[in-house]
Amino acid sequence: MSFPFLSIIVFSPIVGALIITALPKEKHSAIKTVALVSAFISMLLSIYVFFGYDQAAGGMQFEEQMQWIPSLGISYHLGTDGISLPLLLLTGVIIFCGVLISWTQDDRPKEFFAFLLVLVAGVFGVFVSLDLFLLFVFYELAVLPMYLLIGGWGWPVTREYAAMKLTLYLLVGSVIALVGVIAIYFEAGIGTFDIMRLAEVGFDTGFQYAFFLPIFVGFAVLAGLWPFHTWSPDGHVAAPTAVSMLHAGVLMKMGAYGALRVGMFILPVGAQKWLPWIVVLTVVNVVYGSMVAFAQKDFKYVIGYSSVSHMGYVAMGLTTMTVVGISGASLQMFSHGIMTGLFFAVVGLIYRQTHTRQIPELGGLARKMPFVAVAFIIGGMASMGMPGLSGFVAEFQVLAGTWQTYPVIAAISLIGIVITAAYIMKVSYKVFFGPLKAEHEGISAASVIEKFVLFIMAALLIVVGLYPSILLNVINTGVVPLVMRLR
Amino acid sequence: MREFFFNLTWLIPIFPLLAFAIIILFTQKNQKLSHSISIGAMSLSWLIGWGVAFSAFATPHLGEHPFRLIAPWFPTGATTFNIGIWVDPLMAVTLFMVTFVCLMIFIYSIGYMGYGTEEVDPNYSRFFGYIALFACGMLGLVVSENLLTLFISWEIMGLCSYLLIGFWFQKNYPDPNKITPRQAGLKAFLVTKVGDLFLLLGILYLYNQAGSLSYADTLFNQEFLHQLAHTPALPIFGGWSAASAIAALMFGGTVGKSAQFPLHVWLPDAMEGPTPVSALIHAATMVSAGVYLVARIFPLLNVVLEVDHHNPAMSLIAFIGAFTAIFSSIIAIAQNDIKGVLAFSTISQLGYMIAALGVGAYVAGAFHLITHAFFKALLFMGSGSVIIGCHHEQDMMELGGLKNKMPRTFWTFVAGGFALSGFPIITAGFWSKDEILAHAWHEFMHQGVVSWPFFVWLLLTIAAFLTAFYTARQISLTFLGKPRSHHAEHAHETPNTMTIPLMLLAFFAITLGFVGIPEEIVGHGNNWFHHFVGHEYPATPLSIPVMLLSASLAVGGLGLGWLVYGRKPLAHGEMDPLERGMQRIKLGWLYEAMRNKFYFDELYHATFIQGSLKLAEVFYKIDNRWIIDPIVNLAGRVGVALAEFSSFLDSRFVDGAVNGTGKVVTILSRLNRIFDIRVVNALVDLVGKSTQYAGGKLRSIQTGRVQNYLMVALVTVLMALGLYLIYLS
Repeated sequence: MSFPFLSIIVFSPIVGALIITALPKEKHSAIKTVALVSAFISMLLSIYVFFGYDQAAGGMQFEEQMQWIPSLGISYHLGTDGISLPLLLLTGVIIFCGVLISWTQDDRPKEFFAFLLVLVAGVFGVFVSLDLFLLFVFYELAVLPMYLLIGGWGWPVTREYAAMKLTLYLLVGSVIALVGVIAIYFEAGIGTFDIMRLAEVGFDTGFQYAFFLPIFVGFAVLAGLWPFHTWSPDGHVAAPTAVSMLHAGVLMKMGAYGALRVGMFILPVGAQKWLPWIVVLTVVNVVYGSMVAFAQKDFKYVIGYSSVSHMGYVAMGLTTMTVVGISGASLQMFSHGIMTGLFFAVVGLIYRQTHTRQIPELGGLARKMPFVAVAFIIGGMASMGMPGLSGFVAEFQVLAGTWQTYPVIAAISLIGIVITAAYIMKVSYKVFFGPLKAEHEGISAASVIEKFVLFIMAALLIVVGLYPSILLNVINTGVVPLVMRLR
Repeated sequence: MREFFFNLTWLIPIFPLLAFAIIILFTQKNQKLSHSISIGAMSLSWLIGWGVAFSAFATPHLGEHPFRLIAPWFPTGATTFNIGIWVDPLMAVTLFMVTFVCLMIFIYSIGYMGYGTEEVDPNYSRFFGYIALFACGMLGLVVSENLLTLFISWEIMGLCSYLLIGFWFQKNYPDPNKITPRQAGLKAFLVTKVGDLFLLLGILYLYNQAGSLSYADTLFNQEFLHQLAHTPALPIFGGWSAASAIAALMFGGTVGKSAQFPLHVWLPDAMEGPTPVSALIHAATMVSAGVYLVARIFPLLNVVLEVDHHNPAMSLIAFIGAFTAIFSSIIAIAQNDIKGVLAFSTISQLGYMIAALGVGAYVAGAFHLITHAFFKALLFMGSGSVIIGCHHEQDMMELGGLKNKMPRTFWTFVAGGFALSGFPIITAGFWSKDEILAHAWHEFMHQGVVSWPFFVWLLLTIAAFLTAFYTARQISLTFLGKPRSHHAEHAHETPNTMTIPLMLLAFFAITLGFVGIPEEIVGHGNNWFHHFVGHEYPATPLSIPVMLLSASLAVGGLGLGWLVYGRKPLAHGEMDPLERGMQRIKLGWLYEAMRNKFYFDELYHATFIQGSLKLAEVFYKIDNRWIIDPIVNLAGRVGVALAEFSSFLDSRFVDGAVNGTGKVVTILSRLNRIFDIRVVNALVDLVGKSTQYAGGKLRSIQTGRVQNYLMVALVTVLMALGLYLIYLS
C-alpha cells in the first residue's frame, strides 16, 4: 500500500483535536498553534494530492482500502477523483483560513478549536469516502460539532434557534438519504457499501425511480435546495465567523457532492427521470435567493441568502446532466466556497470592530479598512459573475449546460444575475463608501493575519478566473465518465 | 511586415491593462507618472493598432482570409474555449478609429481633470487607471477572435462605465430628485446588464448549436450558417429560424449597450461622469460596441435573408433603430444641458446605425459607426472644453457668446456639429448618413411602401432634419449672441492638451467621409470603404433625389435653427422660443414631455424598480413570516410537544413503574416480617437506592431542552438501524 495521503488529510485534524483536549485550557496560543499546524498539514497534503493526481489516467486515485465490518461489507475505502479533488482543495484552504481568522478567539478556545477540527475532519472524510457507510459516519461527524459550535459560540440572539433548526434539517436530510442508501444496499444484494461496486450494479428502473428522489433531495437539503433552505441563512448568521466560513464554504458542498456521488452516480436512470423536475427548484433558488438577499438589512443575512442563490447554480448545473453543466457546477462549488468564505471573513472583521451588522448603521469603512474593502469588492465581482474572476467561468458553464437541456430555465435564471449585481453594489457602496459614521472613527485596519487570509482567498478567485484550466482539467477527468453514465 | 503587425495584435489590449495595474497598485501618488504611463501605454496601442489597421488595408482579400491566432484557455469535455485575435476588415477599420480616438481623449483628459492647476481632481491618477482599463476592454472586444472573449470585454467595459460615471461618487445635489453620479453609474450598470443577459443568452444558444464560439467556426462558416438558417428556433420564437433567434437575442445586448429604446434611459444620466468619459465611453467606443456587435453578427442576419428573403430579426432591428433615432432626436431639441443634447444625439445616431444594419446596409452602418465616433467624440470634447472654460457651467441658457472667447473650441465644435448634421460634401457625416438613407430608399423602392425600409427611410429622414435643427440650436445658444451669465462672461480658452486633440479630430470629422464616396461619383472601384469592408455585399446605388433631399434637410435644419436661436439671440432668463411657440399652439404639454424625456425614467421607476423592491420584500416574507419558516417552526413545535409528551409519559408511567416497584418491594418487605430483616432491608435499600439513582439520571436527560431530546432520538434511530442491519446480516 502506498503512502496514505487521504487518511492523513482526514485524521490530521482529529489528531490535532485530541492534542488540544490534552492541553490545559489557559494555553491559548498553544491550542491555536496545534489547530493551525494540523489544518496546515491537511491543506498542504490536499494541494499535493490535487497536483499529484494523474490527469491522463483519470479515475479514482490515492485509493486506500481496509476491511472494517466485513460481515456487513463495510470497508474503510478512500479515494479521490476529478469531482472530489477541487473540494478537497477547497476544504483545505477554508479550514486553514478559518483557523487563522479565529486567531482572536479567546472564548473557550480549547473546545472551540477541538470542535472545529473534528468538524473539518468529517468534511474531508465525506469527500474522500468511497464507502457509503463510512460516508455517513463522516457526515454525522461533521454535523454534530456544527451544532455545538453555533450553539456555544454563535450570535447570542438567535444561536439556539438557528443551531436547532440547522441540526434538525441536516439530520432529517441525512436520515432520508440514509433510507435510500440502505435500500440500495439490500437491492444490490452483493453485501457491500462500496460506492464503486454499487455503481456497477444495474439497478432496475422502478427501483431507481423510487429511490433516487429521497437520496438526491436528502443530500440537497444540505446544499440549500429550495424550499429546504431556510436553515442556511439562519445558521450562517448565527455562527461565529470561522464556522460560517466552513458552513457556507464547504458544508453546503457536502450536500451537492453527496447528491452527485451517491444519487446521480449510483442511480443514473433515476437521475434522468427526476432531474428535469428538480431543475425548477434550482431556478427558484437562484432568483428567489437573490431577491431575498436584496431585501435584507443585515449584512450577514445578505451573504447568507447569496449562498442560497449561488448554490442554486450548483444544483442547476448538476441537473443539466451535461459535461459543461456539471463541470460548471463543480467549479462553482469551489468558486462559491472561496468567495463566501471571503465574505464571511469580511463580515466578521467588520462586526468585531463596529459591533453592528445593520447595513444602514455602516458606511465609509473603505477609508478605515481599505484592504478589507478591496477584498470584499473582488469577492463581490466574483459573485456578480464578472469576467476575470472564478464566478464568471463557472456560471457561464452552468448556463451553457442549462441552455442545452432547459433553455427557458436558463433564461429565467439570468434574472438572478441582475439582482445579484444590484445587491452586491448596494451593499458594497453602503458599507464601504458613503459617509463614515462618527462612532466608527476609531476603528482600526485589519491585522496582518487577517489581511493574509483575505489575500489568499481573493487571489484564488483571480487565479481561477484567469486560468480556469487549473481546476477544469482535473474536473473534466471526473465529469466526463460520469456524464457517460448518465447517457 | 503585415504578418509582423498582425502577430503583435494581442499586445494592443495588454498595454492599457498593464498601465491600469501599475497605476492602481503603485503610482497613484504620482500624478505625472500615472498619466504618462496611461498615455504611454495607449500610444503604444495606437501605434500597433494603426500598424495592424494599415497592414490590413494593404492586404488583398483579407475579407475572405482573415488573420487568426489562438491559444487554448479552458476545456469543457471535448471542446476547448480559446483566447485569440482576429483581423478582418471590420476589425481593422474599427481598430483604426478606436485607438486614435482613445489616445486623443487620454491626452485631452490631462487638461480636463485639471493637471497642474489648483482644481486638479483628488483622484486624478485613478482616473487614468480606470480609463486605461476601459481601453483594454474596448480594444479586447475589437481584437477578439470569439464571442466569449467579446462578451468578457463587453462586461469589463460595463464595469468601467460604472466606475467612471460614478467617478465623482461623493457628489450630491441639493435637489433630491436630481440623479447623483453614483446613482447614474449604478443605473447604467444595471440597465445595460439587462441587455447583456440577452447577449449571453444569444451566445449560449449559438454555443449550443455550434459547439464553439469561434468566429471561424460560426459566423464565418457558411455551411454552419446555412444549416442554422434552416433550423427552426425554440418554440418561444414562433416560426423563426435559429439564426434569426440567436441574432435577435444578441441584439438585446446592443439595445442595452448602445442605449436603444427601450433601454436608452441610462445614457442621458451617464453624463454625470467627467466629460472625457462621455466622449470616450458614451460617444465613441462603448456605445459603438453595440453596433459593432450587430455588424459582427451580420452574416448571421444575412444568411436568413439569402435563404428566406425575409428576416424577422432584421425587421426588429430596423424598427428599434429607426424609432430610437427619431424618438431621441425629438427629445434632444428640448434639452438645455450642453451634454444632455449630445447624449440624446448619440442615442439617435446609434439608432441610425442600427436601422442601417436592420435594412441590410452593412457597409453604410459600419461607415457611420466610424465617422460618428470621430465627430461625436469631438463634440463631447468641445462641450467639455466649454464646461472647463466656463467654470463648470453646463446649462446652455446660462452660456452664449463664447465664439470669440474660445475660438478654437468654437470652430472645431462647428466642424463637429456640421458633420453631425450632415452638411453636404465637406463633412464626413454627410457621406455616411446619406449612404444609409440611400440604402433604405433603394430597398423601399424594391419592397414597396408597406415595408420596413420605407418606415426606416421616412423616420431617418425626419430625424436628419431634427438633428440639423438641434445642432444649430446648440451652437447658437452656446457660442453666439452675448454671454448670459457671469461664468460665460469670464470664459477662457482651454489649454493645448485639450484644444489640439479637438483640432485633430476636427480634421477627421471633415475628411473621413471621402473614403466612402459612392462609385457613381468617384468612378468604379474608388469607393475604398465599400471595397475594403464589404465588397461581398452589393454597393448602395447612388440616388440623386435622396442626396438632394438629405442635403437640403441638413442645410434647412441648420438654417431654421439659426433663424430661431441664432439670428436674434436669447436674453438672460428668456424662454426658449420653441417652447413659447408650442405653448401658443397649445402644445406646451408636448414640450414639457420632451424636456422630461417622455417620462420613461418615472415609468420605469414606478414599475420595474418599485416592482422588484416589492417582490423582494414579498419573497422575504414568504421565507420568514408567511410560509416556509412558519411551517418549519410549526414542525419544530410539534416535535417539542411530542418530546414533552413522551417525557410526561416517562415520568408518569415509566418512572412510576420503577418507583412503584420500589414501593411494592417495601410493602412486601413490611408484610413479610418472617424474612431475615437484614436481608430484606438490604434488598430494599438496594432497590430504593438504585431507583433514586436512576431517577436522578433520567432527570438530567429530561432537561426540557429540545436538543437533548433530539440527540436521544437520533442516537436511538441510528442504534435501531445498526441493530437492524446486524440482524439482517
